[in-house]
Amino acid sequence: MSMLQVRVWRGGESGHYQEFEVPRLESQTVLDVVTYIQRSLDPTLSYRFACRVGMCGSCAMTVNGKARWTCRTHIAKVTDGDRLEIAPLNNLPVVKDLVTDMSVFFDKWAAAKGRFQGTQTRKDDFARVSPESRQRKLVDEAIECIGCGVCYSACDVVSWTPDYLGPAALNRAWTLYNDVRDIDQKARLAAIAGDAGCHACHTQMNCTERCPKQLSPTAGISGLKRAVLAAALKGEL
Amino acid sequence: MVVSEFIVPGRSPMSARTQVLLWGAQRISAMVLALCVIAHLVTMIYAVRNGLSGAEILGRTRGNVALAGFYALFVAAVAVHAPIGLRTFLSETFEWRGRALDAAILVFGVLLALWGWRAVYAVFGG
Repeated sequence: MSMLQVRVWRGGESGHYQEFEVPRLESQTVLDVVTYIQRSLDPTLSYRFACRVGMCGSCAMTVNGKARWTCRTHIAKVTDGDRLEIAPLNNLPVVKDLVTDMSVFFDKWAAAKGRFQGTQTRKDDFARVSPESRQRKLVDEAIECIGCGVCYSACDVVSWTPDYLGPAALNRAWTLYNDVRDIDQKARLAAIAGDAGCHACHTQMNCTERCPKQLSPTAGISGLKRAVLAAALKGEL
Repeated sequence: MVVSEFIVPGRSPMSARTQVLLWGAQRISAMVLALCVIAHLVTMIYAVRNGLSGAEILGRTRGNVALAGFYALFVAAVAVHAPIGLRTFLSETFEWRGRALDAAILVFGVLLALWGWRAVYAVFGG
């Protein structure tokens, strides 16, 4: 049986890589490798996962230098040899081993007004939004985010400007901006404007390149830039 | 933790609206620059295709109001575009942010405009 040589980050912000040998199996995922290490080699290894099928966004890590969802990343996709390096996500504080503290990531969703604000109550009828409308189509293109943090980890602007809201929070703001039922648009545009908001994006598209759900936060951020500029010109910011 | 304690979009004392308008100004000046650079290169290559001395160039440019206006616009676009980009570069690379940066950038922009227009006057004036 062939073996994988796996280097895994151990410790917190400071730490070191530890080497493990893991049996190479057919259709093996990166998460399978990490799970094997914890269950068979070193039970003190900390990592995070839940659904194992690409729905929950819990298991993202840096694999051979790139942020990826590990449950749906086959080993064959990330290495043609037998070497694997697994580290926690970039741009987030490390709690232990492969676990990052994602508080800042989600707090930025809140800061970007990522919460739906409607007017209707449960006693009202359903809102009618045509699936063919332009805005609904824009929402469809961006709505499948699972909050894994891969885009945030891959974004250079986040590493240069720690205040920057980041691709995921702005993608969320974009879906709500295009939600015709939402009434908080003015405050949302104000929250995402300027140096630490959507205008910090350099359109490098790392987020779009790396998003495991094939979303394009870059496209949404471009839309937000134009919307905020229009609001600024009208004096509505 | 309260979000506003650590995330303040626009840490600069400049208002978010001004930051957004700066972004818009940089985009528009970029479009102007793209046209100016192309026109400048084409004119230069056309003008010197058979060799041209400095005195001959000045003989043709002096008093040409249309070309003077074109280059004055070129300088204005540079003076708007470059400082805004430099402001972003300095804040991202050296973590220099705030009022001092904004003031330095304003001075840089004014100097660029003055130097550029002085050069335009030297070539087209008189």
